[in-house]
Amino acid sequence: MTPDAKTLYPTSTEEASAMLADAAARGLTILPRGGGSRLNWGNPVTACDLIVDTTRMDQVIEHVAGDLVVRVQAGARMGDIAAALAKAGQEIALDVPDDATAGGVIASGLTGPRRLRYGSPRDLLIGVTIVRADGTVARSGGKVVKNVAGYDLGKLFAGSAGTLGLITEATFRLHPLPGARSYVTASYPSSADAARAVADASGSALTASAVELHRGPAPDGPVQVGALLEGSQAGVGSRAADMVALLGSDASASPETPGWWLARKRVPDGGTLIGVTFWVSALESVLGTIAGQAREFSLTPVVNGSAGAGIVHVGLGPSADPEVAARFTGALRARLSHTRGGVGVLTAPEPVRAALGDHGGMTGTVPSLRLMKAVRDQFDPEHRMSPGRLFGQEA
Amino acid sequence: MTAADLTPRMTAVCGAANVITDPLELRTYECDGLTSHRATPALVVLPGTAEEVASVVKACAENGIPFVARGSGTGLSGGAVPHSEGVLIVLSRMREIIEIDPVARRAVLEPGVTNLAVTTAAAPYGLFYAPDPSSQVICSVGGNVAENSGGAHCLKNGFTVHHVTGVEIVTPDGELTWLGDGTGVGAGLDLLGAFTGSEGTLGIVTKIVVKLLPAPQTVHLVLAAYDTLADGGRAVSDIIGAGIVPAAIEMMDALAIEAAEAAVACGYPQGAGAVLLVELDGPASEVEAELTTVRELCEAAGAREIVMADDPAERAGIWKGRKAAFAAVGRLSPSYIVQDGVVPRTALGDVLGRISAMSEETGIRVANVFHAGDGNLHPLVLYNDASESETAAAEELSGKILDACIEYGGSITGEHGVGVDKSRYMPKMFTDEDLDTMQLVRCAFDPAGLCNPGKVFPTPRLCGEVPGPRRDPHPAVASGQAEIF
Ligand SMILES: Cc1cc2nc3c(=O)[nH]c(=O)nc-3n(C[C@H](O)[C@H](O)[C@H](O)COP(=O)(O)OP(=O)(O)OC[C@H]3O[C@@H](n4cnc5c(N)ncnc54)[C@H](O)[C@@H]3O)c2cc1C
Repeated sequence: MTPDAKTLYPTSTEEASAMLADAAARGLTILPRGGGSRLNWGNPVTACDLIVDTTRMDQVIEHVAGDLVVRVQAGARMGDIAAALAKAGQEIALDVPDDATAGGVIASGLTGPRRLRYGSPRDLLIGVTIVRADGTVARSGGKVVKNVAGYDLGKLFAGSAGTLGLITEATFRLHPLPGARSYVTASYPSSADAARAVADASGSALTASAVELHRGPAPDGPVQVGALLEGSQAGVGSRAADMVALLGSDASASPETPGWWLARKRVPDGGTLIGVTFWVSALESVLGTIAGQAREFSLTPVVNGSAGAGIVHVGLGPSADPEVAARFTGALRARLSHTRGGVGVLTAPEPVRAALGDHGGMTGTVPSLRLMKAVRDQFDPEHRMSPGRLFGQEA
Repeated sequence: MTAADLTPRMTAVCGAANVITDPLELRTYECDGLTSHRATPALVVLPGTAEEVASVVKACAENGIPFVARGSGTGLSGGAVPHSEGVLIVLSRMREIIEIDPVARRAVLEPGVTNLAVTTAAAPYGLFYAPDPSSQVICSVGGNVAENSGGAHCLKNGFTVHHVTGVEIVTPDGELTWLGDGTGVGAGLDLLGAFTGSEGTLGIVTKIVVKLLPAPQTVHLVLAAYDTLADGGRAVSDIIGAGIVPAAIEMMDALAIEAAEAAVACGYPQGAGAVLLVELDGPASEVEAELTTVRELCEAAGAREIVMADDPAERAGIWKGRKAAFAAVGRLSPSYIVQDGVVPRTALGDVLGRISAMSEETGIRVANVFHAGDGNLHPLVLYNDASESETAAAEELSGKILDACIEYGGSITGEHGVGVDKSRYMPKMFTDEDLDTMQLVRCAFDPAGLCNPGKVFPTPRLCGEVPGPRRDPHPAVASGQAEIF
């Protein structure tokens, strides 16, 4: 990032449009910024003349409780939005940090445990307003949940990491806040037992909102599995009892969030976080492979993630040798190709990123890269929006 | 080179039996479920594999011949209307369920598989495929992906886009590639999300990975009869207001009830002005609590009769009336137009009032059968197509209904798609900039504009040369920080 990058603070879509049009006329590179919490994720941008900071576009524009929708400015903080919605007993069903902005959550495709039940930001987003690199303002979707008129630009912008344009407004579908929650947890000695528990819990008609897993730092240590049940007071109690029965004799239910829940969010500075995606039927082999390679490279990773939804995160501390971390990542890629998922590095310090060059880079092989680049070329022909952010290593 | 000139090459790819050139046979493909738009294709091919589809598309692309994909032809917006100088690519021979992985809860499908066949194949594992368009017995999953189809039960479980985790496509230049890997957690741009619902304009789907859900423990159906649509509408608002998300909330008005009764004798309460169907599903303990609340709210809104059903046969009996409604209303009149507008749920009462006022004013009968839970209206405008003036009046009324939907912040289509039928309404809902921006995606996938041209957008965008990075080096590039995206 250019150290002397100037920061602009638009307060409306119109202002943002004028700023981007002006930047286009001068050929300046732009980095959109929300809460700033994910700026060091993905590949670093290769140029940044201007930061467009959305935090002064922080209004909840319209919340229609009867329609279960909310329209917000992109810089509104998720915590502030949640507080406003809670008054009507509603929520945006994503587990994201309170200080993240709506636009940042969409652009980074941020999710949490409840993706199993509710999906990711793209699944809850029903309308967006965006400003293109040349300043053109465009909208897609709207404020009704059911709508198939035109292409869904919201889906395209979700996870686009600021490379297609600036998101200035978003409309989300809401869900009623659950009246009660219960976490049913159990510990398993082996990858195979844990994998079976995850499959049982996530495939059960008890409709868990999340099925999470945790192991580490001992590579072959016990695996914690937890299922979150949400619903009415009476309903959750009886479902939790059934889930305890499903997960085995030493499972237990509690309204308290287990300590290891979302441990992946606590990767220390300078740590490396690897995302491994898979079909749930391959979980045993995923866990076994991670443990085996950790032993092979003498690493002590923390494995934590939404196993029931087909993703776990493998966290390495800052002390891991960069070359070893990169070779470990490459080894997972080579050995997990049968799981039909992928191995991507979400965040890593510079030395690890550099070392990853020979091991598939940050993202590994991505299908349809040519089409992705063609879309990027259409939206931002001069590559001025967050250049280098996606697939930086592909050159 | 014309499409007909491609016959030998198509025959080499698909076999003579799967290439149709006979004019009479070509005519059978001239429209989809919306019969008011027709065109006879120059050539019809029925490829049997993804590789054959790729070869067919490549042949078209190399020769600048437009092509259109067709699934089962049940679309209601003219999306599968052929191009008269183009090739129609029919996917109905590709109907294999390639794999069901009950542990991952995924199915891998060929595009011609029918929607219902997926649930039928998943049922032995205690799983089902959630999107359930009323046409599910015949419509194809490829068509579902193209239209982002919904169904009565998408209120709770979402639309096709929420259940498709990967598709193999043939790009408009004939390349086979995957969008999404089936996990549902893809890397990079979400092209799968953008592709779903693109109505066959970005490529042809040749394989689909879908999520399967565990079949619900319990299903309960509540039927409540009201004197007026407004009373039923109040029950809907109160149920949603109580924090309950039913699997489905459907409503029918007096004309639709009468027609359904005459057609299938579904036994709905006689003389009702509105019938509300609320289906609750999920874990037994949750559904029981919700059921009590729903019953109370339905009564409080003035229900004159309530019927509860939990047994599958009873439920099917009640659903029969709703499912038969379209065809039944069709029997009341020589012809009808089905609209698919959406309004915010809180505006349902106002918009239904407007529709009935317009109907009275013009003397044109309108029957309402709709997905009340998500504000998706299906007004059926009845007219006699033998009369030109009646036809014109019915079309005008339909247009005004869509205007009302837009005025209340809704949409011109909730599930049937834009196709050829509604592209002229797109500028009422979107600005030129909005439409231009959407078409950037089109230009990325199909710069030559050969893939289902003339659909969705009222005016095509000229893609011109695919723009590349700026010619003169950017300062950042010049200073050594190369652009590497
Ligand atoms: C009685 C009736 C009830 C209906 N009920 C509903 C409902 O409840 N909900 C709902 O959403 N819809 C409904 N529909 C509309 C229709 O069934 C859906 O749009 C369905 O998804 C179309 O599938 P199809 O296979 O018939 O597609 P077709 O009509 O053949 O094609 C539809 C569009 O998809 C494209 N297409 C088809 N196959 C492919 C492919 N493999 N790759 C790329 N593009 C492709 C075509 O080019 C066209 O644009 C109903 C239709 C009828 C006749």
